[in-house]
Amino acid sequence: MTDFGTSPDEVQFRFRDDEPADHGTVTVDACCDQTNATAVRIEPGDDARTLLPFLDRLALVEVNFPSFGDGRGYSSARILREAGFTGELRAVGDLGIDQLSHMRRCGFDAFAPDKLLDEEDAARAFATWDNVYQSTTDDRKTIQELRHG
Amino acid sequence: MYAYDQYDQQMVDARVAEFRDQARRRLEGKLTEDQFKPLRLMNGLYLQLHAYMLRVAIPYGTLNSRQMTALGDIADKYDRGYGHFTTRQNLQYNWIKLEDAADILADLAKVEMHAIQTSGNCIRNISSDHFAGAAKDELIDPRPYAELLRQWSSFHPEFTYLPRKFKIAVIAAEKDRAAMRLHDIGIQIVEKDGEIGARFYVGGGMGRTPMIAPMIRDFVPLDQLITYSEACLRVYNRYGRRDNKYKARIKILVHELGAEEYTRQVEEEFAHMLDQGVEPPREELERIKPFFADPAFEDGPKTLDRTDPDFALWVKHNTHQHKHDSYVSAVISLKPVGGIPGDATGEQIRIMAQLAKQYSVDELRIMHTQNVVLPHVKIADLYAIWTALGAADLGAPNMDSIEDMIACPGLDYCALANARSIPLAQRISERFDASGKTEKLGELKLKISGCINACGHHHAGHIGILGVDRKGVENYQLSLGGSEAEDVSLAKITGPGFTEDGVIEAVEKVTDLYLNRREGEERFLDTYRRIGMTPFKEALYD
Ligand code: HEM
Ligand code: SF4
Repeated sequence: MTDFGTSPDEVQFRFRDDEPADHGTVTVDACCDQTNATAVRIEPGDDARTLLPFLDRLALVEVNFPSFGDGRGYSSARILREAGFTGELRAVGDLGIDQLSHMRRCGFDAFAPDKLLDEEDAARAFATWDNVYQSTTDDRKTIQELRHG
Repeated sequence: MYAYDQYDQQMVDARVAEFRDQARRRLEGKLTEDQFKPLRLMNGLYLQLHAYMLRVAIPYGTLNSRQMTALGDIADKYDRGYGHFTTRQNLQYNWIKLEDAADILADLAKVEMHAIQTSGNCIRNISSDHFAGAAKDELIDPRPYAELLRQWSSFHPEFTYLPRKFKIAVIAAEKDRAAMRLHDIGIQIVEKDGEIGARFYVGGGMGRTPMIAPMIRDFVPLDQLITYSEACLRVYNRYGRRDNKYKARIKILVHELGAEEYTRQVEEEFAHMLDQGVEPPREELERIKPFFADPAFEDGPKTLDRTDPDFALWVKHNTHQHKHDSYVSAVISLKPVGGIPGDATGEQIRIMAQLAKQYSVDELRIMHTQNVVLPHVKIADLYAIWTALGAADLGAPNMDSIEDMIACPGLDYCALANARSIPLAQRISERFDASGKTEKLGELKLKISGCINACGHHHAGHIGILGVDRKGVENYQLSLGGSEAEDVSLAKITGPGFTEDGVIEAVEKVTDLYLNRREGEERFLDTYRRIGMTPFKEALYD
């Protein structure tokens, strides 16, 4: 298996203006031991909360989706954003068009799919929801908030 | 009842557009069947034995006559003239062409309906008490809370790829008419010290490992309802098992962790989430409530002329006490003798819609027992309604009787089945009707599943029948003593299985024993609970 997502040029969609982190990621365990790691990669079984003490020094967190049907990474992403993480949150792995809008809402701002996605389809997917029902850290006003000013 | 505003409509329209796009990409070969499958599933489209099946969501089982009419029209236009009402208060079409699916969804969207999240590993359509807003015994109408949960659970970005499907039921009476504790989350709206709140039961379910949900919180204040639900779901999304599809439901997580540890984790997550602004503004609940306000009930006759014995029988079985004493809720049985439980023709669906318009404030409900309710019917109109129902073959006076069976599609439609369910249900109802035994037995809930997945709720049947495969021959296991109601319990297997003829004989034997042994007003279930399994075993196997 290729070790995707570890270099910035494999990122297909990015919603940030800063420079991408220019070095590879380490595992969550290594990140906890290594005081200088600035990029880490979360696997589905990892507890995102173990990273909370180190958020200040992290520029990039990759969340791996070995299979798109395994939705644990969505919770990992929200937990990091809820804790105030402002660095790059990159979804990598088995990503399809139809996951993009939900991932974006959960706080992902970069996407490195295993297989390049059709740009037009993706643009449509990112724009799927004019409005949303749930409050997340993406700061969009929810439908309920819009209803009540 | 609830009506969409521009935002709700926009969400559904967006989903129709999205599905059209997905279907296009599938046809263009950009999506493999593997990739397409979870997407079509999230739009209620299953591939069955013979054709595609489309499941339409009926939120908390409530709909109006315009929506009901549209369901009848779709049955005629795109199916073979039938719709099938399901145990989760939804409607299913069994003969759908993939090419038509997007058009059907567009037709549904015109009447504020959809098939969103009626399958797939996401939060499914929220179910509720079919007598909500009408029953005399309820604390409050549970549907505003169900609607709040509907909005929250629709397209939830974090919970679209859960370990497994997730079902929520909301009730607000001590009597449980929604199998609440056999849901992944069962919510009972309760009152404590003059305040309304929600009691949470988590980790119930049927399937191959049936479990009754334990209570994990006796009172969640209403302005934390969504936040608490979100905490329950997040713990499940993170820690529910994904290594084995048969152990992936939340009931297994709650069971393996223990209710106490699961609760601890939820409470911890909940405490964190309270600061995250997850809860919708309180005004939203206040906005929703008036949609479910009582219609203007009119005083009228409170008694009936019961001289027609057939009418009297129907009234006795198929009406339910209403909170206004000039009204009742009337149950339309979709269990005609020898029929397919839950099936209705397009024409019958339109007739029920018409009756709702004329006699029931334009409202209908779907019951988890696969029947239909006219919730607000004047006692004065009952005879006219009954006459019209009879003319449409919808007048069976058999609610909660042995003929009012739940049966899953079984081997006639389902690829997973071991045995046929529908023909067995048909034979039992014909036989018990012909012998007149149905009436003697009173309340007796018989439930049939064609395999261990338990779509027919056999674990919760006073009498349950499960199709098993025995060396390639259809075989049926009998179980006794289940209940999905407030006296919830799981049925126990009697012993070795039976052939199709044999299991019908077995039902005769256990019901005979009940008739011999019952005391006073006891139901079958009560007698079973009092005398235990042994006498039934003796009657069956000695
Ligand atoms: C014919 C195609 C169908 C297939 C292949 C199918 C498949 C399944 C499977 C695999 C399960 C077990 C899921 C689990 O426990 O995790 C299940 C459960 C269930 N199904 Fe079906 N089903 C079908 C039709 C239906 C129909 C028509 C109904 C309603 C009448 C229905 C209602 C249910 C219910 C209530 C459950 C139990 C949910 C629980 O365990 O809490 N199913 N089904
Ligand atoms: S219980 Fe089994 S046979 Fe019946 S519908 Fe469900 S999966 Fe099919």
